[in-house]
Amino acid sequence: MVSLIGSKLERKEDKRFLTGKGNYTADINLVNQTYASFVRSPHARAKINKIDISKAEKSPGVVKILTGEDLAKDKIGGLIAGWKIVSQDGKDMKVPPHPPLANDTVNYVGDHVAIVIAETLEQAKNAADLVNVSYKIKKAVVNTKEAMNSEAIYEGIEKNLCFDFLLGDKGKTDEGLSKSDKIIKLDLINNRLIPNAMEPRASIGDYNPSSEQLTLYTTNQNPHLTRLVLSAFSAIAPEHKFRVVAPDVGGGFGSKIYPYAEDAVVAWASKKIERPVKWVAERSESFLSDCHGRDHVTHVELGVKNDGKITALKVETIANIGAYASLFATVTPTYLYAPLILGLYDISAASCNVKAVFTNTAPVDAYRGAGRPEATFLIERIVTEAAKEIGMDQAEFRKKNFIKKFPHQQCLVHNIDSGDYSAHLEKALEISDYKNFENRRSQSSKKGKLRGIGFSTYIEACGIAPSAVVMSIGAGVGLWESAEIRFNATGNVSVFTGSHSHGQGHETTFAQIVGDKLGVPIENIDVVHGDTDKGPFGMGTYGSRSLAVGGTAIAKACDKIVEKGKKVAAHMLEGKPEDIEFKAGEFVLKNSNKKKTIGEIAFACYLPGQFGEVKSPLPAGVEPGLKETAFYDPINFSFPAGTHICEVEVDEDTGETKVEKYTAVDDFGTIINPMIVEGQVYGGIAQGVGQALYENGHYDESGQLTTASYMDYTMPRADNFPQIKLGFTSTPATSNPLGAKGCGEAGAIAAPPAVMNAVIDAVGTDVSMPATAEKVWKALKKNPSKKAAA
Amino acid sequence: MTVINLKVNGKKISKEISDSILLSDFLREKLSLTGTHVGCDTSQCGACVVHLNGNSVKSCTTLAADCDNSEITTIEGLSNNGKMHPMQEAFKKNHGLQCGFCTPGMVMSAVDLLKKNKNPNEKEIRDWLEGNICRCTGYQGIVEAVKDAASKV
Repeated sequence: MVSLIGSKLERKEDKRFLTGKGNYTADINLVNQTYASFVRSPHARAKINKIDISKAEKSPGVVKILTGEDLAKDKIGGLIAGWKIVSQDGKDMKVPPHPPLANDTVNYVGDHVAIVIAETLEQAKNAADLVNVSYKIKKAVVNTKEAMNSEAIYEGIEKNLCFDFLLGDKGKTDEGLSKSDKIIKLDLINNRLIPNAMEPRASIGDYNPSSEQLTLYTTNQNPHLTRLVLSAFSAIAPEHKFRVVAPDVGGGFGSKIYPYAEDAVVAWASKKIERPVKWVAERSESFLSDCHGRDHVTHVELGVKNDGKITALKVETIANIGAYASLFATVTPTYLYAPLILGLYDISAASCNVKAVFTNTAPVDAYRGAGRPEATFLIERIVTEAAKEIGMDQAEFRKKNFIKKFPHQQCLVHNIDSGDYSAHLEKALEISDYKNFENRRSQSSKKGKLRGIGFSTYIEACGIAPSAVVMSIGAGVGLWESAEIRFNATGNVSVFTGSHSHGQGHETTFAQIVGDKLGVPIENIDVVHGDTDKGPFGMGTYGSRSLAVGGTAIAKACDKIVEKGKKVAAHMLEGKPEDIEFKAGEFVLKNSNKKKTIGEIAFACYLPGQFGEVKSPLPAGVEPGLKETAFYDPINFSFPAGTHICEVEVDEDTGETKVEKYTAVDDFGTIINPMIVEGQVYGGIAQGVGQALYENGHYDESGQLTTASYMDYTMPRADNFPQIKLGFTSTPATSNPLGAKGCGEAGAIAAPPAVMNAVIDAVGTDVSMPATAEKVWKALKKNPSKKAAA
Repeated sequence: MTVINLKVNGKKISKEISDSILLSDFLREKLSLTGTHVGCDTSQCGACVVHLNGNSVKSCTTLAADCDNSEITTIEGLSNNGKMHPMQEAFKKNHGLQCGFCTPGMVMSAVDLLKKNKNPNEKEIRDWLEGNICRCTGYQGIVEAVKDAASKV
């Protein structure tokens, strides 16, 4: 039998998406359904004097209008930050309450003030316009860098400081810097991004007063955790009476990990009115109220010897976390960021200080890469500048500093189990035809274009999160994953996973694992996810964790199936379990021609009774049924790494930058489905190029989001890209039996510095992200020495 | 209110509708054809593309009332007796989709491209699809799919 693992199989899920038969939350309509519209704050910071709903209540079709006061009366709790961060002075982080509907203040444009429920959507929207809210407007705090010097937004949170986190040894780092021959310094901005999954968020609450069962359909990457948070902290409904369904979800990229205010409110509202309540975001609402990403202001210093050896790295970051601390908001700029500043280099001293600040902007949380793109950007930018300063080739400088022996304990947190960094660098140099770059530069120059090349050799920590490792560094909770393999009596298989697929193709990849492990044809395997009533509790999909953690749980459950199957087969074949070999779907008794297929075993497991001559196929003491569950908590993170090389051409008259060539060589360990993995890399790179050249979430001084539509927020489009060339190397992970490392975020992590290093190489002076035509044109004006030859 | 008569996916339909209802809402809410998606409010993302009298249009900025006496094809109407259109097949084969949300609009746009230009080069494909945003694929698989379909249609 040909191995399914490693095969480019077409996806099982595609047909329903291609024929318009997907089932997204907005496609669901329930009997007796009502429609909701949210009244949102038009101000970035204000006190609510009064909410007058008298006119709105009389508007046609209105069923109910609820405000924060109603929420408080029902003792519905606020949304939470999932990880507690301790500041360097030993004090706990400070977070303001985050009620799903505002109590007496609003803290960003789009903050939730009231829900208006009506018979039709049009009626709900019309009535929402009639809700009269009187505000006392206050001066908004918007700027990341200035937040600590601005008026405190919340009482008791001085300087708007959530925490002041330090990782590493400052003394040793200063010593390392003092021993260097040169200290390179950079001030960097990691621009605010708006994730923009193509499916706008949506939620439907559906309460059955007789059974007291509450169902929430929602666009979510993480239905079990959403149920847990809304149950345990918001007290929407007890877990056993609460079902969360995340059906087909149209992309997430981090922005759909968390339960949102709208989820809590529609679920609660449906209990109050005893009818289903449906809300679907308009794109402008998504821009205002989805969690944003990145938004760091960073100062970085790197010490190097004249021979190119790095001696120390010092990082100081201000991270904007917006108006409230969202679920992953505190872990993203700390444990997912600070340990990764070292990149894949052997650096013996480093420190990273992160001051997280509140501002009157949308909450900032995990967006594809979450912390790791920010870390990779700073190290890859400064390493590039260091190589230039020392006068070394970019590839040689990197090679000199690469970690070469594994396992490698980094000076901050991570113990990197495997890798071969020169291998992917060499391969990328070859595919990108690095040796002829200067020829291409001259060719571009003849056309009047400035050509630049940029390197990004990156590492990420994926497979979040091994409990033992995260607990040892004080990061609170780890994140394991669950799986259940359920054979039906007729031999086909339902696989339940606690992870969630919203584009990643789990229905195919996971079926490939099960097909290989159990010898069942792939068309007889169905992967089920996204419904808390179906599979066991799981942790969801983010952080490139689904295969390394969720896939391993599936493999472990398969092992348990085989173990039980051997006992049953031994009994049926009149041998001993230790004499049964399982291969390609068959249990074979050693040194005999006696065998049973796994289908026959499954059938036997479900029909254990005795009748006449027929004896039970089950040995004494073995339970009927063939169903096994596994929970897998990894022993370590996994560490994908790679080299991305970008070439751009800049038009010196207009400042327009075009990506001309992009090469990515990645080491993801074991790859199950190369087609899906390549798709993840292409998509990640597109988002990374978007961050580098086009995308920017911008608030004006009063806290109005000026990029709240696709006319103002520039999404990368098909004509922005050349063909991207990919290559792979492989050093399997040792932290999980599949050897998988994770691939979902690599492109978004590696691309921004690759592109920016290329732009800066072309322009000859620093440019901040996004490198828009205007910015590049201005930079060229300042640096006229950099002229094309023509 | 207006009564409109039109053909949707080959089927004759007569409905009384509000003058202000958009074609996308009409298809989704009145005909339960939820394959047509709405991804933005500004006619920018292209998830809602359908064919109106054979040409691709953004249904989120088309009034249903303007479609009287016209023929509409949505993603649901592209398959023929359960057999997917070559463009749908090509998207599957070339991994031209991930989350599937932009896919109906993307496929409908691509089908229209091949009607107007039987053998587009890569640049023409990328330029044509500029009005359809995909956040997942980086467009690489989509462009491959269109090339592949062009060789077969």
